[in-house]
Amino acid sequence: MQKIKAPWEIQRRLVVKAEEETNPRFGHKPYERPFQDYIKFGIINLDKPAGPSSHEVTAWVKRILSLERAGHGGTLET
Amino acid sequence: MTGVLPTALEEATKVVQALLLTGKEYVCVMRLHSQVSEDQIKAILGEFHGTIYQRPPVRASVKRRLRTRKIYYLDLLETDGRNVLFKVGCEAGTYVRKLCYDLGEALGCGAHMQELRRTRVGPFVEDEGLVTLHDVSYMFAQWKETSDENLLRKFIYPMEKSLELLPRIYIRDSAVDALCHGAHLAAPGVLSLDTAIKPNDAVAVFTQKGEAVALAKALTSTQEILRTAHGLVAKTLRVLMPRGIYPKMWRSGL
Repeated sequence: MQKIKAPWEIQRRLVVKAEEETNPRFGHKPYERPFQDYIKFGIINLDKPAGPSSHEVTAWVKRILSLERAGHGGTLET
Repeated sequence: MTGVLPTALEEATKVVQALLLTGKEYVCVMRLHSQVSEDQIKAILGEFHGTIYQRPPVRASVKRRLRTRKIYYLDLLETDGRNVLFKVGCEAGTYVRKLCYDLGEALGCGAHMQELRRTRVGPFVEDEGLVTLHDVSYMFAQWKETSDENLLRKFIYPMEKSLELLPRIYIRDSAVDALCHGAHLAAPGVLSLDTAIKPNDAVAVFTQKGEAVALAKALTSTQEILRTAHGLVAKTLRVLMPRGIYPKMWRSGL
């Protein structure tokens, strides 16, 4: 059977079409966002404990961090 | 079931759909219903590499029709009597419980899933920056007490982390706000991009500062995007950046 590469096994390389400077007045590098924005555009690599469902765990994170919204990337039930 | 569960905060909840595109990895204990030789197990695991057919289990949140899923690798780690420890890299939506059942049928002895830990979701892995609920709660309390924001910055990733395994397209400042308003990406807006993009591939569109602008579907190949001066090159599927962060430099078509 033909081997299918996992997405993390694929090597990518950037190629340039045109050059231009970005204006520092607009936006921020992701790691340099002001604190409030940093949280708002943040994602946690959470270790789900056994027992509670993915939805329950996400709801807990939301409550601990006093957030309005939180969502998870793929239910971990089976 | 334990392990990697990327949890997005506030605005970042928009990126979780990108995590469905870049695969999962699990470590699983499968319990065989009778003893089978290790060679036999290895041979059967080998047969499940590639594209497999799978019917979602009875207790599933999706329609129970036969569908295909990609298995990138399926490696035996250890056996102990009737317990089989294996590692599987697979497409999102692969049911490992069902995989164990089907492996058991193929082996002829029957089997069920005993224990499961997820070790990867796309770019998020078990051995890099994984935190427990206790860690989160402790760090948050510490931050409340000291106002040291680095306590939170240390374990929260920017949402852009989720897009690391997708092909990238970087665009001009002048093209950013149009995409934030839902416009599709046209050739003149492109500054650089990854090799080997094919038509219909999911791509992530970034500013030059590395901020995620949108998830998009490539309409043509890397070669074609490099060559062409006019026309649309990617269709915007999901806008990730709020409007108005970059200046509006486009004119309405009216």
